[in-house]
Amino acid sequence: MPSAFQRQRYLIDYSLMALGRRPGKHLGLLAVYTLIVAVLASVMLFSESLRGEARLLLAGAPEVVLQRLEAGRHALMPASYLARIEGLRGVSGVRGRLWGYHYDPFIGANYTLMVPPSDAPLPGTLAIGAGLARSRGLEVGDLLSLRAANGEPYGLKVAARLDTESELLSTDLVLLSEQDFRAFFGIPADHYTDLVLQVRNPREVHTVKEKLNLVFPDSRPILREEVLRTYDAVFGWRQGVVFVILLGSVLAFVILAWDKASGLSAEERREIGVLKAVGWETADIMRMKFWEGAVISLSAFLLGYLLAYLHVFHAGAVLFAPVLKGWAVLYPDFAPLPSVDGLQLATLFFFTVFPYTLATIVPIWRVATRDPDAVMR
Amino acid sequence: MIELRGVGKVFNQGRHNQQWAVRDVSLRIETGQLTCLRGPSGSGKTTLLALIGCLARPTLGRILRDGEPLSGLPERFMAELRRRTFGFVFQRFNLIRGLSVLDNVMLPAYPEAPAHEELRERALGLLRRFGLGNLAGQRVEWLSGGEAQRTAICRALINRPAVLIADEPTANLDSRLSAEFMGIAAELVASGKTLIVSSHDPRVYESPAVQRLVGLRDGRLEEA
Amino acid sequence: MPVHPAILALIGVSLTVSALLALAGAFAIGVVRHWDLTSGSERQLRLERLTYLIATLVAFAFVAELISLLLLVYTAETLSDQFVGAMCATGVLNANPWGWPALFLKIVVFFSGAAWLTLNRVDTRSRDYPLVRPKYALLLGLVPLVWMETGVLLRFLLNLDPAVIVSCCGALFSPAGQGVAAEVSGIAPAWGLALLYAAALPTLAAAWWARRGAGAGLPLAGLALLHYVLALVAVVSVIALYVYEHPHHHCPFCVLKAGHHFIGYALYVPLFAATAWALASGVIAPWRTRPGLRALVDAETRRLAGRSLMALLLFHAVAAWAMLSSGLRMAGVWW
Repeated sequence: MPSAFQRQRYLIDYSLMALGRRPGKHLGLLAVYTLIVAVLASVMLFSESLRGEARLLLAGAPEVVLQRLEAGRHALMPASYLARIEGLRGVSGVRGRLWGYHYDPFIGANYTLMVPPSDAPLPGTLAIGAGLARSRGLEVGDLLSLRAANGEPYGLKVAARLDTESELLSTDLVLLSEQDFRAFFGIPADHYTDLVLQVRNPREVHTVKEKLNLVFPDSRPILREEVLRTYDAVFGWRQGVVFVILLGSVLAFVILAWDKASGLSAEERREIGVLKAVGWETADIMRMKFWEGAVISLSAFLLGYLLAYLHVFHAGAVLFAPVLKGWAVLYPDFAPLPSVDGLQLATLFFFTVFPYTLATIVPIWRVATRDPDAVMR
Repeated sequence: MIELRGVGKVFNQGRHNQQWAVRDVSLRIETGQLTCLRGPSGSGKTTLLALIGCLARPTLGRILRDGEPLSGLPERFMAELRRRTFGFVFQRFNLIRGLSVLDNVMLPAYPEAPAHEELRERALGLLRRFGLGNLAGQRVEWLSGGEAQRTAICRALINRPAVLIADEPTANLDSRLSAEFMGIAAELVASGKTLIVSSHDPRVYESPAVQRLVGLRDGRLEEA
Repeated sequence: MPVHPAILALIGVSLTVSALLALAGAFAIGVVRHWDLTSGSERQLRLERLTYLIATLVAFAFVAELISLLLLVYTAETLSDQFVGAMCATGVLNANPWGWPALFLKIVVFFSGAAWLTLNRVDTRSRDYPLVRPKYALLLGLVPLVWMETGVLLRFLLNLDPAVIVSCCGALFSPAGQGVAAEVSGIAPAWGLALLYAAALPTLAAAWWARRGAGAGLPLAGLALLHYVLALVAVVSVIALYVYEHPHHHCPFCVLKAGHHFIGYALYVPLFAATAWALASGVIAPWRTRPGLRALVDAETRRLAGRSLMALLLFHAVAAWAMLSSGLRMAGVWW
């Protein structure tokens, strides 16, 4: 009794020989297949790496942010709130933050101005992000002049440039001292932009949130985990939308696969007939053809995935970065972190190899079940 | 001994171009002999060969070999029998282009999945026996008519079948090669194989190697 | 519903599998009505050709279902970050009433597919297709099962709402709660393990015996099913605790995480495979008494029992290793 394994090896052998004899016919299909895999994989890899980045960065974000609302819009927070929060049980620390946006008509971009919690620049100086530095051609020692809230120009010297490793966060960031900030924006000394809290026990975050809601009905607490969840959802949603859009091309690919599998030349049909006539079973022919498909699928999958990997992690996903990153005038230059996971691969498999194989079943069956005596007529 | 009982085969059953290629054929073919089916084209010789060799299933009737049924079997078993019991030499040889002589010869044995080295040796042995030893790696497109036929014969013998079937073996050969073929046929019969040949070529059916002649006309047996 | 590619894939696969089974079912009706092996008519030849197509479509659907079972678990794991209160797949499956039924139905479809494919194998290996009618009748029975699974899965996925707060494995699989999961978690570890080995020994014995042929298919299938249930119970009540090195973490899904070296796969894959093979040997056993089929059924049973045995041993080896190499020491408390 021949071993089933040995038999499959012979069939694979024939499949490879058959593929090798007609490279041209299969190259077209392989190219399209690889492209489909590459595009879908790129979308997934890029989104996942952005998601991963966002997570890493948010890990350092404050657990709870308290913002005051006036008529539904963000308003300044009085310093007296700080004292009231310090007394709440479960809160291990609270701090006022000063930050704001400034529109620079010169390059049409929004800057984020912020007073850092420690190591603030000396009064009269500031630190700027790399994107900003690039767009306005600024170096350390240059003077940056911006229009303050009172309409007068406010000049500050560039004391430092924020390093490029944190570009995703800091590209449009301007750090300055508290004094300069309050003078620039005209914010009185007893007000802050918002407050950040630390909670003693992470599991009590929701309880603290409820307490804050009770004590400060005019403010809303924003939890870090909520931000994380929103980012996750947005990235997943964006991927989903792109996939839905690409479904059209997957469908076209499936039709192509069906066509290629059905469109055997007279020569190929004769070949199958000969194989059957000399004693190959229908099942052998079908398996041999499925092995052909498997070789093509495997090659396309590996090649496509490799291309996607190179595209995303070495070429910065140039082809569709704008769609997935969102609108911004100042693009950070950052290298996404490579991450591959099983879910991605499985999903990719179902969007590419699964429909391809399905499309080839009926054509392969049709070919394999032709009568062997057809070669004699 | 291969026995046919009331065998009939129809094509395009139920449609306007329905045609009975073989009608009510009852026949006994002895083992170890060279039987020739004689008749003009369209007489059903090819179809009858296909039925005997498990390439097609009869619409009516039964075929038995040494009492075991050859007809009425599922495709799987027909293919297995076809592979192990019968060897085919087709009129147009039907070798697979793009493959070498050796690869072509080994093909029918793939589903049997023997050890690769053993199969290669067997194939080379056959090629040498028929004077094709030095052409083993040659692509079949470049063979002459006689070489192609001998390759087809080697392919038919690779699974060591008991019965060899040849359809119009001399149709594409000249007199010298025809005589050569009949010589090989006689040799195979002498070595214990059963041969069934179909032809409308007098060089075949009038050859002394033929031990039994069966006439066919319009799908029926002619009175002997 | 979160529009995530994995969810789209799950929906696509389920719909496709339903369509394939429906197609196969339609062919099956034709086969059952007109099948006549002794006839050499063109219709019979066409039907025989069709059986190849049906078998291929069903095999394809089955493999797709298997991978989509993994995909469902994977997706639930990954989406757990988007659901408040979820830390693993359990939370996501809890998000609406259709989650757990979807998982169970997928598992049932997996086992049914394995059984059908084995039946098909025996049928095609025999000289006269003796099992054609029962086989296709069974297939027609599979069709509504698959449709139901698709329906439930769709309801689950389409009704996923991240805004709903869910309870995760800590709440569900805790002895203090209510429901099956809580009951199972509440079983004392010593009992959980005792029951498991009480089922394992006869099952292993049955598999060993079935390897020598002579019709042990049905007992093996029955024992394997019992073993399957008790193995899952043991995972929740004992084995998981050792993997997590935590006496109160009972979740069956967290073992699949990277943090535990994916040991969950080494446990579940052999368990499921062993059970599928054993069930398959039970499905073909009733036909052992048919004339001409005995040798074939015995040969298949031997093959399936052998594989089942290997997989069972693997499962137990991994489980034992997980417990012995764990940092958790409960001697004197549980034992």
